[in-house]
Amino acid sequence: MAACSSSRAVRSILLNCGKYSRTPRRPAHSLNPQLLYRHVCQSAAVWGKNLAAAGPEKFSEEYIKKQIEEFSIGKRHLANMMGEDPETFTQEDIDRSIAYLFPSGLFEKRARPVMKHPDIIFPKQSAIQWGEDGRPFNFLFYTGKQAYYSLMHEVFGKVLAIEKRQDRLRNEDTTDIKQISLTGSRWMLKEELEDLLVETMSDHDYSRFLQLMERLVALPYSSLEEEFVQRFRQQLGVQSSKQEIPALQHDEKGVAFCQANGRRKTASASITLRDCRSGNIMVNGKSYLQYFPILQDREQLMFPLHFVGMLGRFDVEAHVEGGGRSAQAGALRLAISRALLSFVSSGEMETMRQAGLLTSDPRVKERKKPGQAGARKKFTWKKR
Amino acid sequence: MNLPRLYHRLRLTVVQVRSLHGSSNVQQVETAAVAAESDPVSSQFSVFRTSENDPACHTDLHAGQYYTLPTAQLRTLFPHGLPYRFQMQIKTFNEACVMVRQPALELISYLKKADYSRPALRYILYGETGCGKTMSLCHALHFCATQGWMVLHIPDAHLWVKNCRELLPSSSRPGRLDQPLQASLWLKNFKTTNDRFLSKIKTTQRYVWTKRETTEEGRPLGELVDQGVARVKSSSDVVGALLRELRLQAGGAAEGAFRLAVAVDGVNALWGRTTLKKEDKSEVLPEELTLVHNLRKMLRNDWSGGAILTTLSHTGSLYKPRSAYLPMELLGEEGFDTMDPFVPVPVSSYTEKEFESCYLYYMDRHWLQHPHSQTEEGKKELIFLSNRNPSILERLCATL
Repeated sequence: MAACSSSRAVRSILLNCGKYSRTPRRPAHSLNPQLLYRHVCQSAAVWGKNLAAAGPEKFSEEYIKKQIEEFSIGKRHLANMMGEDPETFTQEDIDRSIAYLFPSGLFEKRARPVMKHPDIIFPKQSAIQWGEDGRPFNFLFYTGKQAYYSLMHEVFGKVLAIEKRQDRLRNEDTTDIKQISLTGSRWMLKEELEDLLVETMSDHDYSRFLQLMERLVALPYSSLEEEFVQRFRQQLGVQSSKQEIPALQHDEKGVAFCQANGRRKTASASITLRDCRSGNIMVNGKSYLQYFPILQDREQLMFPLHFVGMLGRFDVEAHVEGGGRSAQAGALRLAISRALLSFVSSGEMETMRQAGLLTSDPRVKERKKPGQAGARKKFTWKKR
Repeated sequence: MNLPRLYHRLRLTVVQVRSLHGSSNVQQVETAAVAAESDPVSSQFSVFRTSENDPACHTDLHAGQYYTLPTAQLRTLFPHGLPYRFQMQIKTFNEACVMVRQPALELISYLKKADYSRPALRYILYGETGCGKTMSLCHALHFCATQGWMVLHIPDAHLWVKNCRELLPSSSRPGRLDQPLQASLWLKNFKTTNDRFLSKIKTTQRYVWTKRETTEEGRPLGELVDQGVARVKSSSDVVGALLRELRLQAGGAAEGAFRLAVAVDGVNALWGRTTLKKEDKSEVLPEELTLVHNLRKMLRNDWSGGAILTTLSHTGSLYKPRSAYLPMELLGEEGFDTMDPFVPVPVSSYTEKEFESCYLYYMDRHWLQHPHSQTEEGKKELIFLSNRNPSILERLCATL
């Protein structure tokens, strides 16, 4: 019994998997065999595909509901398999478990096995918009962009309602004007709005939509429609809350020190930052003046310490290898900035992040392509 | 310039300076300030300058302060001895100010205490690049000159082992090579420095230069030097003869006795490799050069009545790794064995007090034009970027 259910779970996992070159051993229960062969991971968010151009739905609603049921059951089975609590099994746990159970050496991440909620995997499709007699359901169908125009109508209706309310309340003369606060969030992007409405729109349409929303928000009593407006806004998380601060340790003499690493191009550096009052810096056993005769490299080392104003305070013992002189200097700079985080307040950490001290530079040497002399340089172009 | 106002302005800088230092340095600054104030003339100057221009009177109290070299003495004493960047600084600031530093004071104290009836002592100034070895040597030479010594200053021995355009086979010895240009140039500068001695010292031997030219015994040395300057071909041999004469006659008991200070900058060149090639493209060894051979004889401590002051220099050295600065590394085995026993004098970067002094001097000369460099943070940046190394600090300030 348990074996049967677990094999069914495995199959349901396999059904949702991305790699689909082989057919399943047994045809699945009541599913249309033709539909089975179309199980390619088509999530719009993953592929960036044009949803509306896909046309009316290929998967019926009950099919999607069935998939959602199977997904939740499969999730519980997977949690049991991994020996974890099915109630608190999150999507990250699922990803981890799938990566463990189906290890893949493929480089393309989108080709690896995946188990996600069917809403993510199956693209959102617009339902068929006309009935059996051929009459469309929505009165704006013949505009071509019915979802967009109906949204605009809705928003304008709200604007009018608020203005009417404003007129009414002006006579009563209340001072209770509340406005929606827009800090900490941004308007949805055009792509996100298209995703929501399952309909394409042009840039002009999108800008008109934004103008209308701004007008709504600018009205005095707009806090009534706050919930409606927040549906179209994305929260911006505070980035620095995700920053890891290296632990502050103390050695035998009570001197506080901190260790951190940094990397740039091929160079990697590891440093120990000590809180003595001397400003000695030793790199690979040599004085930094000897190791970096070029001023630019020393300026790179100086930048984080100077930025937080703690120039003569710290003692740095650094080991760096790989890369060239500039890469080593950059790696050391990143390592010093990271080590400084444990000596610095959170406000200063935010300023450091904005100054770009905590971001690791992703630039690496670009690959040389065949048919070209270098990464970008082409061979001499001959007209004939 | 309004001196009282200057004095008040500089007093403010003194107050600033005091508030910056840690506790250990406050006492030094205060003693320096006290010493400055006790002397009524020098109270007009500030903390970083001293009016004591005689190197013989420099003590630890003056450590970190700048003293001025009189311009007239400058041209006679150092026609070729000062570092190039310092010469540019003299031209810019219109004055030659040298900082009194601990290694130079140490060297001068040794010179004062040495016994000149014994064989000459050898002193080697060593340290990292740009720490002030040549400047300390020049300070010590100024002291020797004020004491009436004869100064034999070879500004850079590396110039004799590289970039020589004319290499003549020696006229006197078969295996050796002459360098006429370098030798004649050096003789000219030597004459400028030691003119007053040259008429008093007499040759002890007859020297034959060519079939027609000889220098008789008993002629003044000035004639010898003129011979070398005029007849460029035999100038290397003249140098050799000159060195021999000086070796024999230094510190003699006669009334015309003089003390000889032999100063060689970059002495590691004498035992290193050369970049010169003979006509058959084989490398020239240093001993095959007449100048180097004679100088090596001079550096042996078999003569008395003087001192041998030398500096190691990595800057002009050939085929040495960049991190080498110790005597063993730069001199090599042969050089070290020849120079042993010597008195080593280490020279290091500026201390906090010396850095302060240098910074105040540049501020006084309006050398730091960038507004940020005149603030506290700017100073901390300068300390960091130069790590208190004098030459790097100087180059850095020149760009500001």
